[in-house]
Amino acid sequence: MLEIENVSKVFPGRRSLFGKSEPVVALDQVSLSVRKGGCFGLVGESGSGKTTLTRSILRLDVPTSGRILFEGQDLASLSPAALRHIRARIQIVFQDPYASLNPRMSVHDIVAEPLVIHRDVMGLDNRQRTDRAVELLALVGLGAQHLHRYPHEFSGGQRQRIGIARALATNPDLILLDEPTSALDVSVQAQVLNLLIDLQDRLSLTYLFISHDLGVIRYVCDEIALIWRGKIVEKGQTAAVFDNPASEYARMLIAAMPEVRSAATRE
Amino acid sequence: MASQTVPPLLDIRDLHLTMKSFDGEAHVLNGIDLTVNRGEIWGLVGETGCGKSLTGLSISRLVSTPPARYARGEIRFEGEDVLKLSESAMQRLRGRHIGMIFQDPTTNLNPSFRIGEQLVDVALAAGRHSPEILGLEARASSSARRMAARALAETMLDKVGIPNAAQRLDDYPHQFSGGMRQRVLIAMALIGRPALLVADEPTTALDVSVQAQVLRLLTGMVQEYAMGVLLITHNLGVVAETCSHVAVMYAGNIVERGPVASVLAAPAHPYTTALLAAIPTRGVKRGDLKGLAGTVPNLIQPPPGCRFAPRCALAGPDCRADVPPMIELGAGHGAACLRVASQTEAA
Repeated sequence: MLEIENVSKVFPGRRSLFGKSEPVVALDQVSLSVRKGGCFGLVGESGSGKTTLTRSILRLDVPTSGRILFEGQDLASLSPAALRHIRARIQIVFQDPYASLNPRMSVHDIVAEPLVIHRDVMGLDNRQRTDRAVELLALVGLGAQHLHRYPHEFSGGQRQRIGIARALATNPDLILLDEPTSALDVSVQAQVLNLLIDLQDRLSLTYLFISHDLGVIRYVCDEIALIWRGKIVEKGQTAAVFDNPASEYARMLIAAMPEVRSAATRE
Repeated sequence: MASQTVPPLLDIRDLHLTMKSFDGEAHVLNGIDLTVNRGEIWGLVGETGCGKSLTGLSISRLVSTPPARYARGEIRFEGEDVLKLSESAMQRLRGRHIGMIFQDPTTNLNPSFRIGEQLVDVALAAGRHSPEILGLEARASSSARRMAARALAETMLDKVGIPNAAQRLDDYPHQFSGGMRQRVLIAMALIGRPALLVADEPTTALDVSVQAQVLRLLTGMVQEYAMGVLLITHNLGVVAETCSHVAVMYAGNIVERGPVASVLAAPAHPYTTALLAAIPTRGVKRGDLKGLAGTVPNLIQPPPGCRFAPRCALAGPDCRADVPPMIELGAGHGAACLRVASQTEAA
C-alpha cells in the first residue's frame, strides 16, 4: 500500500551570525513497505527522523532523494489536484489532543472539516455532513449530544477520540498515528488503543503507528522498524524483533524499557 | 523499627488540602498518610490530577496558600512539622535538607547563565548554612568560598556522569541535551546533600535509553548518600524497576501502599489491579488490554465514601458510606478497601 524507497532528507545548514552550520541529515536512505491491512510500527527516540518521515509521506516536506509510492503512484509525480485526492485517503492523528483541535471550533465543525476540504471527492451537502459527523462520533464511542460542544469541554481521551473521528471522516485507507497515546494516562491509553484496533478490524484500515513506547508498539503492531539517527537499523515481525533483536540498538532499547513483571499483571 | 527515638525522615499524617476555584472548593488531598525512611525509594503513582504532584510540592511547601489551604494534618520532616515552620526556617530546609527535581529539564535551568554559575550559586547558598559542604570553616573568605563552590560543582557534575565536567561548567544550558540537563539538575539537587529527595516525573520528558541511565544514576546516589526518595511518576514500569516501595494514589487518597514486590505481584485494591491491567506488557494479546471505564471524579463534590466506588466493579452500598480505612496485609502492605477487609476476615 505504501512503499518508501531510499528516502533521504537533508536540511541545509543555516547561515547565521556565528557562521554556517552543518547540514542535518534527517533521513538517510530509508526504505519501508507498509502492507495493506497491516499495522506497521515505527519506533525511534527524539531526533531520530520519525516526524520528518511522516511529514514526507503527507508531502508536507519534500524528500531530497528517493521515492514514496502510495498504491504504486509516486507522490512526487502527482499534479496538485491528484495529490489532494490522495490526501483524502491518507489521514493523520496527532500526538497532542490539546494542541491539535482548534479551540474555537465545535466538535461538529472539527469532524466535518475534512468533508468540506475534500467536498469534490466526498460530494456531501451540509445536512449529510452533519449526519456523517454523528456517525463518526458514534464510531469512536461518543454520543451525538457532544456535537455542538467545544474541545475544552472534553478530557484528553475524549479529545483523542475526536481527533480519530476527524481522521476517519474521508474514509481513508491509510492512517498515520503519530504518538496517539503518549499524552494520555495508561487507563485511557488502553481504551484508545483498543478503539484503534477495533476500528482497524471494522473498517479494514492500514496503520502506520509512530511511537517511542515499545510496549504500545508491541501491543498493536504486527511489523516494526526501528529508526536511529535517520537510518532504519532493524525491521521485521514484531514478535521476532522483540524475541530476537538483531541490532545492538534494538537490544539496548528493549533492555532499557521499564517493565512491570508479567507475574504482576495477571488478573 | 531499630529505635523508637529517631523519627522517620518524612512522615505525612492525615494531610488534607483544599484548593479554591471558581466553582467552589476542591478537596484535592483527602487524608494522605505516608512515611519515608532513609534508604527507601518510594514511588508515588497515579493518574493526572490525583494529587501526586501536590503531595510532592507540599513537602517543601511550594504550594501557594491561598488558593490552597491545609485543612488538617501534618508533614513531619525529621520530626518537625514543615507546615508550622516560618518562611526563613523553610528556606533553610529547601535544597539543603529537602532536594527537588522537576519534570522538564528544559525549563528549570536559566538559559542566560552558564551552568557552572547556577551550580555555584546553589553550592554557596548551601554553604552559607552548613560550611562543611564546601569543606571550609565558617569564617573563610568569599573568594575561598567561591573556589570551593566551583570545585564542588565540578565534582558533582562528574558524579552524575557528565564527561569533561571542568570544561562543561562554562557551557550554557542550550549546549546540553535533555538527558544531560536532567543530570545537571540532579547534580544541583544533590549539592546540598539533602536527606530527602523529591523527584517529580524526573524522566518523563526523556527517551527510554536516557531514562534508564538517569534512574540508574538516581538509585546509585541514594545508596551513596543514604537518602530517602519520593519518586513521583505515572509509569508503573519505572516504579517496578527503581523503587523499593510504592504508594498508589486515586483522587486525593493513597489507596494502596507497601513494598514494590508485594504490591505489584499481589495488588489488593481494585484500582491498582485496574491500573496494572491497562499496561501493555509482554504476552498481552492484541485487543486484550483492559481500560478503566468512567472518569476521575469531580473533587469539588467528590462521591461519598470511597472515591473509587463509582468506577469499581466490586463496590456495594457500604463502600459509599465512609472513606475506607487502610487495611494492613502484613509487611507494610496495606490497601484502603472494604473488600480487602472482608476477604481477610473470610480467610
